[in-house]
Amino acid sequence: MEERIGVFVCHCGSNIAGVVDVKRVAEELGKYPGVAYSTDYTYMCSDPGQTMVKEAIKEHNLSGVIVAACSPTLHEATFRRAGRAAGVNPYQVEIANIREQCSWVHQSDKEAATEKAIKIIKTMVEKARLDEALDPIAVPMTHKALVVGGGIAGIQAALDIANAGYETILVEKGPSIGGHMAQLSETFPTLDCSQCIMTPKMVEVAQHPRVKMMTYSEIEDVSGYVGNFKVKIRKKAAYLDRDICNGCGLCMEKCPAKTPSEFDEGLADRKAIYTPFPQAVPNKPVLDREHCLYFTNDGKCGVCKKICPVQCVDYEQEDEIIEDEVGAIVVATGYDLYPIENLGEYGGGKYPDVITSLQFERMLSASGPTEGEVKRPSDGKVPETVVFLTCCGSRDPEAHMPYCSKVCCMYLTKHAMLYKHKVHDGQAYVFYIDVRTAGKGYEEFYTRAAEEDDVLYLRGKVSKIFQEDGKVVVWGADTLSGKKVEIEADMAVLGLATVPNAAARELANMLKIHTDEWGFLAEAHPKLRPVESLAPGFYLAGAAQGPKDIPEAVAQASGAASKVAHLFAEEEYHREPIIAWIDEDTCAGCRVCVSVCPYDAAEFDDEKGIAVIKEAICEGCGACIAACPSASAQQRNLTDEQVYRMVSAALEG
Amino acid sequence: MRLTIKSEELRDDLIKRVEDLSRQGLLECYQCGKCSAGCPVVNEMDIIPSEVIRLLQIGQLDEALNSKTIWVCASCLQCASRCPKGVEFSNICDALRQMVLRKRLSIPRVDADEVSAIMVSDAPQMGVVGALRKLNG
Amino acid sequence: MKIPYYPGCTLHERALDFDVSARECAKAVGVELEELPIWTCCGAVFPLVSDSVMEILAPVRNLSYAAREGDKVVTLCSFCYHVLKRANKVVRDDPEKMEKANLFLRADTDAREEIESYTKEDYEGQVDVLHYLEMLRDVVGYDEVKKKLRRTLDGLRVAPYYGCMLLRPKKEMEFDDPEQPSIFEEFLETLGCDVVDFAMKTECCGGFQIVADEDLAVQCSRNVVGSALKNDAEIIVTTCPLCRYNLDKKQHEMEKSVRGFKKIPVVYFTQLLGIALGIGGEHIDFSDNYVDPRPVLAEKSLL
Repeated sequence: MEERIGVFVCHCGSNIAGVVDVKRVAEELGKYPGVAYSTDYTYMCSDPGQTMVKEAIKEHNLSGVIVAACSPTLHEATFRRAGRAAGVNPYQVEIANIREQCSWVHQSDKEAATEKAIKIIKTMVEKARLDEALDPIAVPMTHKALVVGGGIAGIQAALDIANAGYETILVEKGPSIGGHMAQLSETFPTLDCSQCIMTPKMVEVAQHPRVKMMTYSEIEDVSGYVGNFKVKIRKKAAYLDRDICNGCGLCMEKCPAKTPSEFDEGLADRKAIYTPFPQAVPNKPVLDREHCLYFTNDGKCGVCKKICPVQCVDYEQEDEIIEDEVGAIVVATGYDLYPIENLGEYGGGKYPDVITSLQFERMLSASGPTEGEVKRPSDGKVPETVVFLTCCGSRDPEAHMPYCSKVCCMYLTKHAMLYKHKVHDGQAYVFYIDVRTAGKGYEEFYTRAAEEDDVLYLRGKVSKIFQEDGKVVVWGADTLSGKKVEIEADMAVLGLATVPNAAARELANMLKIHTDEWGFLAEAHPKLRPVESLAPGFYLAGAAQGPKDIPEAVAQASGAASKVAHLFAEEEYHREPIIAWIDEDTCAGCRVCVSVCPYDAAEFDDEKGIAVIKEAICEGCGACIAACPSASAQQRNLTDEQVYRMVSAALEG
Repeated sequence: MRLTIKSEELRDDLIKRVEDLSRQGLLECYQCGKCSAGCPVVNEMDIIPSEVIRLLQIGQLDEALNSKTIWVCASCLQCASRCPKGVEFSNICDALRQMVLRKRLSIPRVDADEVSAIMVSDAPQMGVVGALRKLNG
Repeated sequence: MKIPYYPGCTLHERALDFDVSARECAKAVGVELEELPIWTCCGAVFPLVSDSVMEILAPVRNLSYAAREGDKVVTLCSFCYHVLKRANKVVRDDPEKMEKANLFLRADTDAREEIESYTKEDYEGQVDVLHYLEMLRDVVGYDEVKKKLRRTLDGLRVAPYYGCMLLRPKKEMEFDDPEQPSIFEEFLETLGCDVVDFAMKTECCGGFQIVADEDLAVQCSRNVVGSALKNDAEIIVTTCPLCRYNLDKKQHEMEKSVRGFKKIPVVYFTQLLGIALGIGGEHIDFSDNYVDPRPVLAEKSLL
């Protein structure tokens, strides 16, 4: 049958029409072979615009539709729905991008832009002339989710998915869930106790009937695709049976080996067999082989094993690999502080009383190493003067991280305020570049610190800190008065930049999901798809995606969970049919496609002696098509013939 | 203390000349003041290094050229070394000095005839040569 | 092993104590420092403006002389090292400036017959500029140095003063971490000293401002000396004649302005190395020091 293509040229207000002569474009295309109808309109995506498309399909009996407008990432779905409603197969509705790829980039040359728009649309007409009617591919789906990371974001995501009715596995690499939030003292801007609001969530997720919590475990491997992932989880040897352990704590009490506590940021010691903190969930220890005397000293200790009343210590225990199947994965791997060692001008960690923001959190925490009293590490004295520094490694494209870490202004304000609440006649200084308080109640919180708690804010970045004669000397600036400022303090707290968790980049590589250049997980769209990865089936939550505070992390986790629930709401998963297929008549069985396929979707059929494509797995990346020496591998609706015709149309004239 | 900012003066040729000579983008400076905070000779300056850059950002070249600051700089490069934006104030300072010295806009900070005899006979040659080259042109 | 050596003006004249001790120490660790047959002043300061060509001619000319002698040149003075190394980088990174500089070098040849053989070849950055400390660490090796020591300087509390020119700018000097450097500390540990960490070791001594504004430079050097004293140093070592001058000779001014000021000797690192290598007293000359290091060295039985 003769193709009857309709062309609809959108003005996009002045976005396109301000540069491209849309009338001329519509007129030119009307004369092009295969085009049965051509018109233009102010906003094609508007209701009247869509109606115009639908009516034209019926009136002119169109077999295919080209909408010349913005990027297909925006309105392809809109017009495919409109096409389907009017009886055209959605895969015979195409977008010609004459905005991002034409009018926006050629504003200075209207004539050339118009010519280019015409060519872009002609290529799409050539494509549409050979487009087949296709249907989405339905694949079965496992209605079970995996959440990686047991901080507040991971916990919230797991709870929301489980509460929506789906089984969820929550994997945490440390011995307890809780993440950084469990380390915090009080939270801005309300000053509620972090552990008090955190522990109920921890208990809830641990006891949830649909959540399988796996602590001290790491993701070993993930294969498969959305709806059908196969995961391998390494359950690290805890050297005790945590199912039998009753959490009595005798082993921890008697263990003779000490090492700096990670949870207390090195301000206190823990034992070699330990739970990171008293409210740990599960409240059962793990044995850290690296510091255990049994392992480091030729089996000479063994105290924990002797003393354990339930005989659960097992020095022979090995890592275990657990395999499972899930349909969706939420990545909530969190953040680390930027290493203090990199800030040489502040001592790089060599001065005992120049501490990190998380160390100060532990110091402020009632359950911390100083039981909530502010005492400086070198001599245990209560500091009379404390200097807080924002942007330690943030907003520094030259040597550190270029981005704003977003939470430092607020938590340092909180630090200064809490310090003043504990040491009434102490003086707190905050060096800042800009105080960023964009959040509900945040500006008021900052105002309160400055006005009621006498925290002195100094606008300038500190150039150098050194400790001499027991004093922490800070060289800063007050750019508002135009002076270099020198403060002899007792302690300094560095608001270190937020960076992605060290292991997260490796995990992202394994999962084949994108990160930005700093290792933060990349969202599918910065505004409209902020909780999804571009890779189908992966969802993002918390600081792993970018610096964020607790309410934002929780909101994003709930958003990711709702996306998972949305996916699971269907019985089967429907995939785009724009994938590869093999022409059985010409395939010589050379297996090049099998070797190049990054998804293991091309496989060799021994019986037929040719390659076949597994429709459920193929992502339509085109690698096999480029590699196939006999042109037997073809992409649906992007066949060689279509591409030749498109290129010819583009080169014509 | 009032300043009328004229848009046409903000990025005039002389300001661009400072940028070219120093190879620094003045607008990259976000005025954190770290250069001033670490400057070892800031005591003797009439305006701090970050303020000199600010004056240039708001088109006040003359004020920058007339500052004592540019003659006090010892080219120790600490400002440049620590700037989070990679703006090298030491180079801006050298550029401003050169603009003054080349046009003889003011009396050089060091006059070859007036370097004390003690200095000439006692100080390392490198110090005398360095001072004359930086501060006399 | 022979390595071309560029002394620079100050070491040729007022810092002979630095030059002589360094040459003797080199011999003792198996290196013959071969002074370039022809050299001139390096210019002392590196131009920070973009249109400089004349200003880099002196260092480039010296590098081209060095190129005829070998693939590296060693220097001691921080300013010479700084200027030669940065000028070398300009030649390597900026083809236009390299070409212009070479035009001048070719003109040199016409004008000065006696060095004709010297400047025929263009200079394209083929020489690596090494600081004497780098030579000890990377060419000789601190372990080798250690083997040659006749005595160790046990118990001597030494503050290593880096100053500015060795370290900054980091990307061009590529010498050490500009904030927490270690090459000097490792050197002193090799000699067996107690290394004193002090906060001002990379802060400016006032540099050439001593000539223009003595008070200003003395403020700077007082700050450095004070920091070393606060950390109980007994002696400060430097790699730079100008730093030595500001930190040592200007203690005369510090005494006047600071009540109860305690003096501290400032010596070149090669002088301590010489003592450890057992080099004869005539090569380790302290007669130019304002604050005499001999009492503290004698106290430790190091003389």
